[in-house]
Amino acid sequence: MLTVRNIEKSYQGKSLLKQVSFEVNEDETVCLLGPSGSGKSTLLRIIAGLEEAEAGEVLWQDKDLTDTPAHLRGFGLMFQDYALFPHRNVAENIAFGLRMQDRSKPEIEQRVIAALKTINMSGFARRKVTELSGGEQQRVALARALAPEPHLLMLDEPLGALDRTLREQLSRELRRILRETKVPAIYVTHDQEEAFAIADRLLLLHHGAILQSGKPEAFYRRPHNAWVAEFFGLGNLIHGTIASHTPLKVDTPIGVFTASCDRPVPQIGKEGVLLFRPNQAHREKADCSNRVTGNVIDQVFQGEHYRIILEISKSTPLFNILLPEPVRIGESLTVGFRTEDVLCLENSEDIQ
Amino acid sequence: MKSTLRSWLKKPTFRALLFWLLPAAFLGYFFYQPLLALFNLLISPEWGFDLAQLDWEEVWDPLWFTVLQAALSTLLTLLIGLPGAWLFSHFTFPGKKILKLLTTLPFILPTVVVAAGFNALLGPRGWINLGLMALFNLESPPIQFLNTFAAILTAHVFYNTTIIIRVVSSAWSRQNIRLQHAANVLGASPWRTFWEVTMPLLRPAILGAALLVFLFNFTSFGAVLMLGGAKFATLEVEIYIQALHMLNLPLAGVLSLLQLICTLVITIGHNRISGQSVHKINTHSKEITLQRPRRGWERMAVITLVITLFILLVSPLASLAVRSFIKLEADRGERGEVRTGLTLQYYRELWVNRRGSLFYVPPITAAQNSFLFALITILITVSLGVLVAYALRQRTPINRILDPLLMLPLGASAITLGLGFILVFNHPPFSDVEFPILLPIAHSLVALPFVVRTLSPALQSIPISLRNAARVLGAPPLRVWWEVDLPLLAPSVLVSIIFTLTISLGEFGASTFLSRPEYPTLPVAIYRYISQPGALNYGQALAMSTLLMLVCAGGILVVERVQPQAKDFF
Repeated sequence: MLTVRNIEKSYQGKSLLKQVSFEVNEDETVCLLGPSGSGKSTLLRIIAGLEEAEAGEVLWQDKDLTDTPAHLRGFGLMFQDYALFPHRNVAENIAFGLRMQDRSKPEIEQRVIAALKTINMSGFARRKVTELSGGEQQRVALARALAPEPHLLMLDEPLGALDRTLREQLSRELRRILRETKVPAIYVTHDQEEAFAIADRLLLLHHGAILQSGKPEAFYRRPHNAWVAEFFGLGNLIHGTIASHTPLKVDTPIGVFTASCDRPVPQIGKEGVLLFRPNQAHREKADCSNRVTGNVIDQVFQGEHYRIILEISKSTPLFNILLPEPVRIGESLTVGFRTEDVLCLENSEDIQ
Repeated sequence: MKSTLRSWLKKPTFRALLFWLLPAAFLGYFFYQPLLALFNLLISPEWGFDLAQLDWEEVWDPLWFTVLQAALSTLLTLLIGLPGAWLFSHFTFPGKKILKLLTTLPFILPTVVVAAGFNALLGPRGWINLGLMALFNLESPPIQFLNTFAAILTAHVFYNTTIIIRVVSSAWSRQNIRLQHAANVLGASPWRTFWEVTMPLLRPAILGAALLVFLFNFTSFGAVLMLGGAKFATLEVEIYIQALHMLNLPLAGVLSLLQLICTLVITIGHNRISGQSVHKINTHSKEITLQRPRRGWERMAVITLVITLFILLVSPLASLAVRSFIKLEADRGERGEVRTGLTLQYYRELWVNRRGSLFYVPPITAAQNSFLFALITILITVSLGVLVAYALRQRTPINRILDPLLMLPLGASAITLGLGFILVFNHPPFSDVEFPILLPIAHSLVALPFVVRTLSPALQSIPISLRNAARVLGAPPLRVWWEVDLPLLAPSVLVSIIFTLTISLGEFGASTFLSRPEYPTLPVAIYRYISQPGALNYGQALAMSTLLMLVCAGGILVVERVQPQAKDFF
């Protein structure tokens, strides 16, 4: 349905988007995830026709949209700040897109009533949008974007301005409405939990390029490089050099580890980054070859388990693990990792 | 072809230039041309002017007096305005709303009205003098107020106290009260806290407001002319006298140039100060909570201040209105006992064209003229103002050059403008046209900077996402303008119309140069009538002033309603 091909964009000499390509299929919610400044919103505005790309094209059902202005694209966009028209009430805001389509008055009325019902705000038709709470504004913005029945719905950080409890509740509601309307959607966020909750497919954007795409689970299980692992907070990242390929051994400041890798392995002598997930540390495997030993310098009770901070040496970063049983602060602790749990990743320049 | 035009239209610089075209042409022709003509006057030989022969005393005297009166007026204004700012930013008290509304009046009242008000209160035919004469059986008015230095200062204090109050009290009430609490906790006494925390933070606001007041005093014309008389000539008054009465255009030109340089320097200084960044460390600041005065001294201070401000703001205006309905003295030619009492005579006479009257037309024609000029001024100003606002919205470096050029008329005085107009346009086609079209044009130049300062922020404050939302929802470009820009801009357009209306109705400086005897404007008529002997002339001047005051007061009520923040104009 929607095809984005090799989009390039720069601003004041700085590259914002580099060769961005992806597709959105029928009934699919694609989530564009990335830290702020990664170019997500710019990409959205280019797809909407509000900005022009310097190169590449946006196609809808194989038709090039470059010369189609924003108001003729038939896409819906929900803005980060909602952009509700302050001089119009709730019903008039929702009716705006329908009026632009020159629909009949009774039809508009009927659709507005239906839209208000979908967002559970039936009594709000005549209310001023400036008097609504953040969550209510967010729902009206969604209703306004959906009312003209867009071919594609784009949502730019739709929950960004709300507090946490409201976010969870509205996220659920949003999923329900997207499922019911079956409109293909692009959802932009910097919050990974939100992305996991809403996305059928995830695109991770960093410095204007797509680093990884796929199902949410894949990001967790098989991050493509060290930056992705860092972004998702998957665990301890230890830099080292590839010592051998079969078996894959990596030499690091805290020891030599046998690791697994499901991506092309860097050449021997090149840099590799090892990912140790905190919950995969085992005390009972302390005798295996993948051992980590350090002093317990802090311990935090977290309900299911204890988060334990290890200092391996003064010159290496602190090491995080999760254990079911408490230990004593100050004692020396050794834990082991299975070979298949130590993931060797490509380094990326962007790790801080 | 079409596509090249479209790509050109997407360039902000090109679009800005398109929007600038008309306003720039207007300003160039009607503002900069006369201004250049004024310089030309000083260097071209045809006027036979020689700088070496200039009697410099004729230049330094008015300049010295202008600076002196402006500085003294500013000082006196601060003396009342700063306590007033404290009052408004700290307390609630009965009548606060009315007082707040009253403080908007001086912004919008024409100088002739204010001068007429003080005349009706303290002048030889005013309330106090007539009252004292009746009470003590005096032959002549005991209080000599008109044509004194004190009269000029009083009028300036009336005009500018509210500027200090508004600017400083808004800065004061936005100040983070936690900073004062922190100082208290660290051991500073309230007095010490005031001097070490509150005052330093308020300083930019106070300085900025004081400089603005100084600028207004510096360029004050109507009040000085009508209340100070011939003895006290500021630069403005001296330019007027030299140009219109002495016909010494070169000297008027030198004075104008001097005046322009001074106002430019003051304006730049003011922009520097108000451009200073406000210390803002965190967003969790807590503002002063308004409360009723509780301590004994607070109550005393609040009551005294409220009464002082009420007297200052209300007494001249009230005496003006009341005096215009009451007959207290004999008219010329009337003999015997004067029948005092309520009368509508002064208003009725406005419609009568008397022989020996000051104009060839009944006085009410002046009102009709004024409204007609105001209408034309509004048409010119608002259409140019909208164009400039759109030009300024484009992100392009040329705005950095063109914006100050637009604001220069703010610094140039209306007198200078009138003088320049006479120099440049006193020949065909303008001298051939029977209708004094130059008058509304001059008014437009005076009003345009204010209108741009109203419309431009309003336009900039429309979030781009609203327009984008309308586009994505299917609105073509013109429809976006119609559905988003226009309704959101409408209140500011209305405010601009009212500002322009009151500026044009009250404009006095340029009008004295440009109005013709058969086309008098209200302020010109008021000035002429009030300086003539005879109860009827005096009464008619007050009646016209009252009408003008009511129109302006009505305007400010509308502005308050439409856009409550418009009053924080400076």
